[in-house]
Amino acid sequence: MGLLALFRKTPSSANVARERLRIIVAQERNARGNPDYLPLLRRELLEVIHKYVNVDPSAVQVNLEFEDGHEVLELSVALPESKRGR
Amino acid sequence: MAEIIVVTSGKGGVGKTTTSASIACGLARRGKRVAVIDFDIGLRNLDLIMGCERRVVYDFVNVIQGDCGLKQALIKDKRLDTLYVLAASQTRDKDALTSEGVRSVLDALAAEGFEYIVCDSPAGIEKGAHLAMYFADRAVVVVNPEVSSVRDSDRILGLLASKTLRAEQGNGGVKEHLLLTRYNPRRVATGEMMSVGDVKEILGLDVVGVVPESPDVLSASNAGVPVILNGESDASRAYEDAVARLLGEVVPLRFVDEPKSGFFARLFGG
Repeated sequence: MGLLALFRKTPSSANVARERLRIIVAQERNARGNPDYLPLLRRELLEVIHKYVNVDPSAVQVNLEFEDGHEVLELSVALPESKRGR
Repeated sequence: MAEIIVVTSGKGGVGKTTTSASIACGLARRGKRVAVIDFDIGLRNLDLIMGCERRVVYDFVNVIQGDCGLKQALIKDKRLDTLYVLAASQTRDKDALTSEGVRSVLDALAAEGFEYIVCDSPAGIEKGAHLAMYFADRAVVVVNPEVSSVRDSDRILGLLASKTLRAEQGNGGVKEHLLLTRYNPRRVATGEMMSVGDVKEILGLDVVGVVPESPDVLSASNAGVPVILNGESDASRAYEDAVARLLGEVVPLRFVDEPKSGFFARLFGG
């Protein structure tokens, strides 16, 4: 690295590549081995929920977990701030 | 017992065939009996890189379909006595390769006394790539220090860990090695290219070799002489080191640091 490089403020492109890969590889490793229908299931659930509640697409999580030798399909929906109790 | 080594990557054009040819030559040069098989059915290329394209009479699929015997299809290398090439078929029939067929050829090669069988995988994750890795004991995953190659390699690692005979049998799985090609130490030093350490950390693999970007790789393929046989070249030395590591030798990594430049060049980032 030359003296001129010391004045560069932006992170190097190699660092950007490494960080992007870290995230996507971790994400894809998590999804590995999951049945192919999970993304579709998630999308359809989201559509159904959307009919009743205006939820954010990222608020629906579908995970397949292994517990005590059983496969557990875990569904978590974060509802928006409720107006109840007023 | 023959050891089956698959050379794979997911992404195309990263140097699988160059690597297969050089590793096969390197092993044979150390006196091992080696067969190298082109699994890229429909797109035969290993024969060109090995320089035996005009001597292909029968191919891998001919052997599987019983059109000829194994010995008739094996092409003996003209430079190394213990090295044989099995060319890919140019058929467009994707079902020409079958699991039973591949197994029978690998078994027959082992029975012939081959110590190493190098399987040159096609790109992608389709049937050819699947069968190239399915019976493997070890995998050399060829990666360029570039985002799409690294990501595709991780996909391949997932398949090696699930869709191989060793994974299904649960006896330790396929032993995986990382081989970086097209490595440019100068660009790594300036932060334009991911380093060996970066790729190693992302993929979580042992490094079996780092081959520097070199014009000698193209000259070697032009001439049909695997680059490892060009003793003058850094790429050749890097492949030689990789072969030594595959055989269990401990060899320090070379060609990963920028060549020393003069004071003024360093000062001005030259």
